[in-house]
Amino acid sequence: MNTSRRNKICNLLLLVVLGLILYIFEKYGSEYQIRILNNMAIFITLAVSYNLVNGFCGLLHLGPNAFITIGAYTSALLTMSPAEKQMSFIIEPLIWPLSVVQVPFAVSLIAAGITATVFAFVISFPVFRVRGDYLAIVTLGFGEVVRVLCNAMQSVTNGPLGLKGLTPYTTLWWSWGVAVITVVVITKLVHSSYGRAIKAIREDETAAKAMGVDPFKHLLLAFLISSFFSGVAGGLLAHLITTISPTLFTFFLTFNLLIIIVVGGLGSISGSIIAAMLFAWGGEALRVVESPMNFGFFTIPGIPGMRMVLFSIILMVVIVFARRGIMGRSELSWDRFFAVLRLQTKS
Amino acid sequence: MTINIFLQQVINGISLGSLYALVAIGYTMVYGILRLINFAHGDLLMVAAYTAIYAVTLFSLPWQVSFPLVMVLTGLFGILLDRVAYKPLREAPRISLLISAIGASFLLENLAIVLIGGVPKSFPRPDVFAKVIDLWGLRVQVLTVYMPLLTMALLLGLLYIVHRTKVGKAMRAASKDFETTRLMGINLDRIIAVTFFLGSSLAAAGGMMWAMKYPQVNPFMGVIPGLKAFIAAVLGGIGNIVGAVVGGFILGLGEILIVALFPQMAQYRDAFAFTVLILVLLFRPTGIMGEPITDKT
Repeated sequence: MNTSRRNKICNLLLLVVLGLILYIFEKYGSEYQIRILNNMAIFITLAVSYNLVNGFCGLLHLGPNAFITIGAYTSALLTMSPAEKQMSFIIEPLIWPLSVVQVPFAVSLIAAGITATVFAFVISFPVFRVRGDYLAIVTLGFGEVVRVLCNAMQSVTNGPLGLKGLTPYTTLWWSWGVAVITVVVITKLVHSSYGRAIKAIREDETAAKAMGVDPFKHLLLAFLISSFFSGVAGGLLAHLITTISPTLFTFFLTFNLLIIIVVGGLGSISGSIIAAMLFAWGGEALRVVESPMNFGFFTIPGIPGMRMVLFSIILMVVIVFARRGIMGRSELSWDRFFAVLRLQTKS
Repeated sequence: MTINIFLQQVINGISLGSLYALVAIGYTMVYGILRLINFAHGDLLMVAAYTAIYAVTLFSLPWQVSFPLVMVLTGLFGILLDRVAYKPLREAPRISLLISAIGASFLLENLAIVLIGGVPKSFPRPDVFAKVIDLWGLRVQVLTVYMPLLTMALLLGLLYIVHRTKVGKAMRAASKDFETTRLMGINLDRIIAVTFFLGSSLAAAGGMMWAMKYPQVNPFMGVIPGLKAFIAAVLGGIGNIVGAVVGGFILGLGEILIVALFPQMAQYRDAFAFTVLILVLLFRPTGIMGEPITDKT
């Protein structure tokens, strides 16, 4: 059996196993476990698409929260029924076309992705005129501007009140389905000639240009694809937590994603997946440090905020001492898996 | 709007601008030498404000002693920050350095929450600054007048150090060419430490004034002034100290006046700085007083 067919079969098997696991949890899992699994999938989508820009293109983009916000609001506004909208928008009514439309969840997710992409396209012109630190601060600024706009444009976003009582459409199948699609699309992309071009730009933009690679075109495409999936994930997130407001998607969200991709390895898809799963699970597990601990003879009071301190320390320790993260730039693959397996059976 | 109110707003703008300017100088100096946006720089405002609160309330030092003391302590803290978060990454890709800076910023904010708590504390403002005086028919707080004056004094002191002393000469050399400066036998670690010390103590002055202007000290108080000060630095031409001050004043005046002239824009005030940033980068990427960027890798 040749390797590519073997890999395809293995991938299919993996999907079947994933499906089984999801089925079991859907049926027998507690609400809490399902919530963590949903978070895992959404973080995988976000981290893999974020890593496309940061890890593979080498651009420090600090505004994914903007696209997540845009996606979340788009999807939420499109799925709410006109009656619900009238109830929610008490200070200023929603502007016309949005106030009457209602579309199925799937359509709203795609619309969320497309709206995020459109915004990404609009800001790409100022963003890609600059590189390095400036790009970081412009994208960060865009995130801030989106937050300010969400607060100010009451007739679209309902301002600081936010949108409440969304239908919890996001199920394990939706979130993991999107995660799988994102991973497949971005893996294919990174392994194509296009992927080699963006890696070339990351390593040396001038040299890549000399080889006939157009940096703007390639980076722009990566940026747009990344924002599309961020937008879709935003829609999923909105229908998972069912209440959205401008305070929900601050720079803090970007910071979490940054931790995930740095810990996983900038430029590694499998690293991002592993780190996103660790983060979603570890984030819950670490709540222990915030709750009071009882050692029988003495009690440590819970320290709120301790989790965030630990996260920041993890990020700094990884970036200072183990810059490559879990996976570095390499990927887990079936070839490696079988190579390791063969070595072990031989010895 | 009467001319009086307009003038009052101009004074407010200048005073806010002088705060941005003080903080922007630190960004510009660190950027000039390390080519690093020190994201944690804004949080030094918070560190300084809390230190001042403890100096005045816990150790009951008079403010004349504690404010300069806080500047020195924050300066030392800046050196510590460099040692822990940036020095191990001198040879690393720039992206790592920037991520480390973001990590340091979050660490400071969250440590403050854990150690001090998220509830805002009030800043012990000396009564001298709260007094309202009559300035040619305008009623302004003493603080509003002192802030630009103090900024100017500190700026002159800094310019003296940078242009007239040996350390300053080394700093200017390092910002032109890091490697060659090292080859000339200059101890770069010392120069970087001095840079962080000066920048951080100026941020401390800015932080204490910010806390007197808006007497609510909380762990996240440094984020917005930090970002805006960075924009001011870019606006003036990053790496250029005078440019940072000019940028700070433009931003402060612009922000206050846009709200004064167009009250319906008040909600969008925080977006103003970023809009200006994007426009500047579009039309004049190196800022008003900036030199063309040479890629230093």
